Amino acid sequence: MNKQEALIDYCLRLGDNSLVLGHRLSEWCGHGPILEEDLALANIALDLLGQTRNLFTYAAAVEGKGRTEDDLAYTRNNYEFRNALLTEQANGDFAVTIARQLFYTSYAWLLFTELQKSKDETIAGIAAKALKETSYHLRHCNEWTIRLGDGTEESHRRMQDAVDSLWMYTDDIFAQTEGDALLIKEGIAADAATLKPKWDAMIKETLTKATLKMPEGGFMMKGSREGKHTEHLTYILGELQFLQRTYPGMEW
Amino acid sequence: MNPEIEKIWNVLQEVPDPEIPVISVVELGVVRAIEKSGEKIIVSVTPTYTGCPAMKMMEDDIVSKLKEKGYTDIQLRTVLSPAWTTDWLSDATKEKLRRYGIAPPEKSTADKNALLGKPREVKCPRCGSAHTSMISQFGSTACKALWKCDDCQEPFDYFKCI
Repeated sequence: MNKQEALIDYCLRLGDNSLVLGHRLSEWCGHGPILEEDLALANIALDLLGQTRNLFTYAAAVEGKGRTEDDLAYTRNNYEFRNALLTEQANGDFAVTIARQLFYTSYAWLLFTELQKSKDETIAGIAAKALKETSYHLRHCNEWTIRLGDGTEESHRRMQDAVDSLWMYTDDIFAQTEGDALLIKEGIAADAATLKPKWDAMIKETLTKATLKMPEGGFMMKGSREGKHTEHLTYILGELQFLQRTYPGMEW
Repeated sequence: MNPEIEKIWNVLQEVPDPEIPVISVVELGVVRAIEKSGEKIIVSVTPTYTGCPAMKMMEDDIVSKLKEKGYTDIQLRTVLSPAWTTDWLSDATKEKLRRYGIAPPEKSTADKNALLGKPREVKCPRCGSAHTSMISQFGSTACKALWKCDDCQEPFDYFKCI
């Protein structure tokens, strides 16, 4: 993998993360447990889609083959997506959605904090912008984790179940490729291996405040960087890509 | 400033924010630069929030306003750095927001304090009371949070600091 291919792959990784998670969150629209949460989740989804657009536009420009952000979103196949397995997991109950937010957003916050310093100016600009939004998302999921964990017996049980059930997808968030190593050496990408201990500390702090147990060890599912996904992604793409697959090039 | 460029800045003062029509896209800080290259007018814009759906409308409004004023060769350029901040809103702009019923943003450091768990003061745009509380960090648009006044009991939008 050369530097150009590595950069495209890296942008797709980050852009696919926010696209797929944004799609998941938008599924809550009209179904939120309370009106304020309906708005909050839709707002976060919107920020994530905005981040995706910036990253896809850049990936398409680096590729230089005339593909657009829409082509990247609507015409790639399941095995060409690079999003972390966590982001495609189903919404479940509200606690599952919050646990997924906590795991992803803590990572995104650390990542964008690092990427602001990227030697690639476009990446640095996208990251600086995304970081501001991510700070709000982080506060949102931290507050809810604590409220549910340290709430009633029922909310505590559900929040702990959610944390436990998604734990197996957390290592995959930090998966890296040879291409990443190339970009890290050039000061373009952030080294996920150095983010992991910081992420562990952040998660531990919030879970402790929420009177929840931090899971330890256990089986870890991996494969997203090689395009090996859980069954959920195919269903998301089926819905997301339906129109462009059925009526290619359709505009309105 | 080149008088022709200055004229275009003034023209864009007439383009309102589609969600908050009391302020213009220039006052909002979305228009970052105006340049002329030959006959081409290049307007650099920056998004408030990356996913803000009003951005496309603002861009369309900017182009149609310039066309209305007789400019034909217009190019829009999106810039991401430096990232948009509510610190670019002038005091006069903030006062317009307040009169419109939206609590204006404090300096961005105020919200950073809030992120660190320190209390923040948002005044009710109607009665001026500082006795207010947040209902939700996310409001009717990406740039606003939902608050309520504990004195006059009115709910209100707060323009988030970023």
